[in-house]
Amino acid sequence: MKQELVNVIKNDPDYIRLISERSRFAWILTIVMLVIYFGFVLVIAFDPEFLGTPLFANSVTTIGIPIGVGVIISAFVLTGIYVRRANTEFDDLTAKIKAKAKGE
Amino acid sequence: MKTLLLTLLAAGVAFAGEALSGEVEKQALNMSAIIMFLIFVGATLGITYWAAKRTKTAKDFYTAGGGITGFQNGMAIAGDYMSAASFLGISALVYAKGYDGLIYSIGFLVGWPIILFMIAEQLRNLGKYTFADVASYRLQQTPIRTLAAFGSIATVILYLIAQMVGAGKLIQLLFGLDYEVAVILVGVLMILYVTFGGMLATTWVQIIKAFLLLSGATFMAIAVMAHYNFNFETLFATAVEMKDSTIMAPGGLVSDPISAISLGIALMFGTAGLPHILMRFFTVSDAKEARKSVFYATGFIGYFYILTFIIGFGAIVMVFQNPQYLDVAKQAIDGGAPILGGDNMAAIHLSHAVGGDFFLGFISAVAFATILAVVSGLTLAGASAISHDLYASVIRAGRADGLMEMKVSKISTVVLGIVAIFLGIAFESQNIAFMVGLAFAIAASANFPILFLSMFWSKLTTRGALFGGSLGLLTAAVLVILGPTVWVDVLGNAEAIFPYKYPALFSVTAAFVGIWFFSITDKSENSRKEIEAFEAQNIRCQTGIGAEGAVEH
Repeated sequence: MKQELVNVIKNDPDYIRLISERSRFAWILTIVMLVIYFGFVLVIAFDPEFLGTPLFANSVTTIGIPIGVGVIISAFVLTGIYVRRANTEFDDLTAKIKAKAKGE
Repeated sequence: MKTLLLTLLAAGVAFAGEALSGEVEKQALNMSAIIMFLIFVGATLGITYWAAKRTKTAKDFYTAGGGITGFQNGMAIAGDYMSAASFLGISALVYAKGYDGLIYSIGFLVGWPIILFMIAEQLRNLGKYTFADVASYRLQQTPIRTLAAFGSIATVILYLIAQMVGAGKLIQLLFGLDYEVAVILVGVLMILYVTFGGMLATTWVQIIKAFLLLSGATFMAIAVMAHYNFNFETLFATAVEMKDSTIMAPGGLVSDPISAISLGIALMFGTAGLPHILMRFFTVSDAKEARKSVFYATGFIGYFYILTFIIGFGAIVMVFQNPQYLDVAKQAIDGGAPILGGDNMAAIHLSHAVGGDFFLGFISAVAFATILAVVSGLTLAGASAISHDLYASVIRAGRADGLMEMKVSKISTVVLGIVAIFLGIAFESQNIAFMVGLAFAIAASANFPILFLSMFWSKLTTRGALFGGSLGLLTAAVLVILGPTVWVDVLGNAEAIFPYKYPALFSVTAAFVGIWFFSITDKSENSRKEIEAFEAQNIRCQTGIGAEGAVEH
């Protein structure tokens, strides 16, 4: 990539916005996933009995089952949230940046 | 329990240790399984023939021409991840320990969202054929490529041995073939798929297998639930009656927080450093398809783990204490209610319980197909590291001609295949439970930190990546050797020098600190240029401008 093009793109407000918005969004989602997972792991390490609590009175099913399945579903939902925003907003911004870069 | 966990670490080796590591009794020839397997082999060889005609250039060979869609790639990634070991191993863990199996499978899943948020698109935008393309993008080719290739090959070989030994034992058990015959069969078929069909054949074999495995597992889960009118409470209540209530809560799989976190790090970052997984991101056309791949893959893998949980409980209620599957000889010695072939056969016996001989044959054939598909992907990744990173970029300094490079990768495939067969036979009766754990540790401690920092940290220099990456690799290897899995279980010492089974927390930290320290203290002329080059790299990384195979008109 030519240095002039690098200079044009790096000062493009759309590019700056893309980078800051996307990395902020990616980090937030990453932290949410880490908190969910390591939170789950720490509950197992420090208070495993909690997950063994019956889900409702006299049930064999424990609260751990929906929580565990919930962690699995949360992983899928988080990827969906990211893909949805990336496919629209971030891809639009990228397309704009590319179009401008082509015009230079 | 502890040995079971060791055995299960990192999915690859479940059946290689515990149940199948002892004497495996050769079973009678299972005709319906063999016929279904032959149909699978016939169909996949047909695909290989079709793919061979379309595999003309190095790009075709490594990345299937970059024309795989996000959905297809998601399925293939899920296929790479749903090995026979994770199917049989996780359902066996649920069967034996109930809730702990769910905890374990969750660890394997949560790396995927992180891969999506942090590296999937970036990888696609920067790379061409291997993850070393990305790691060495603005750094010196020779040292970084060599280190990355070494990390890839080490990961691939360790993983391959585990898969080959597991394959031999599983096939012996399911099909009644000799161990050596089984290993050679797997090796030869894999060589055929990869050398002739390249990534295109490997991907389609993986997609078909993923479809078969998901269909089979879905059928089993539905059959189990239908027995209990789709009421989970009844299923769990019956299971608890047969075992005890401990299966409904955590049971000591992760006891101390250090081990728990270390295992989590190994699984999470290890997944993001596995060469055969990373390579899949180059088979799609652009960043959008790359991100869709992870979305679908996460969905399929998560769904699969929920199925294995139901299957494990299904095995408790339908296989456990079922005289049909009871290993009478073993019971006479050890007591309890051991099942034929050990706990890892729980899902296989369940397939018989819900679908008879025919469905047992189907699931057995799918398990075999799964091994074939996974070893093919691994071998292709190993061969690419040899031909693309070592041969074309290091030995020929980037001046290799594409056809010659492809020839080298085909030769490497054959050599790796033969090596895998020999190692598979050599390690038949060895304790190899540590191998996939070590593979994950190396991937997390050497491959991932270099890859991640090369994309996100502008001050990374060649010296930092080389020293820090090597430090991570060595720390991981040494701590695994000094830890309980090798020092006690393999070498037979009474007590481990390093107390934890999973070194990732320490080795990944060592790698990151090493890379940081040796980069910021690097004041050479070269390092200044490398830091300057970050800006241009980052633009391509973020937008895909100038990316390989990107559609730009």
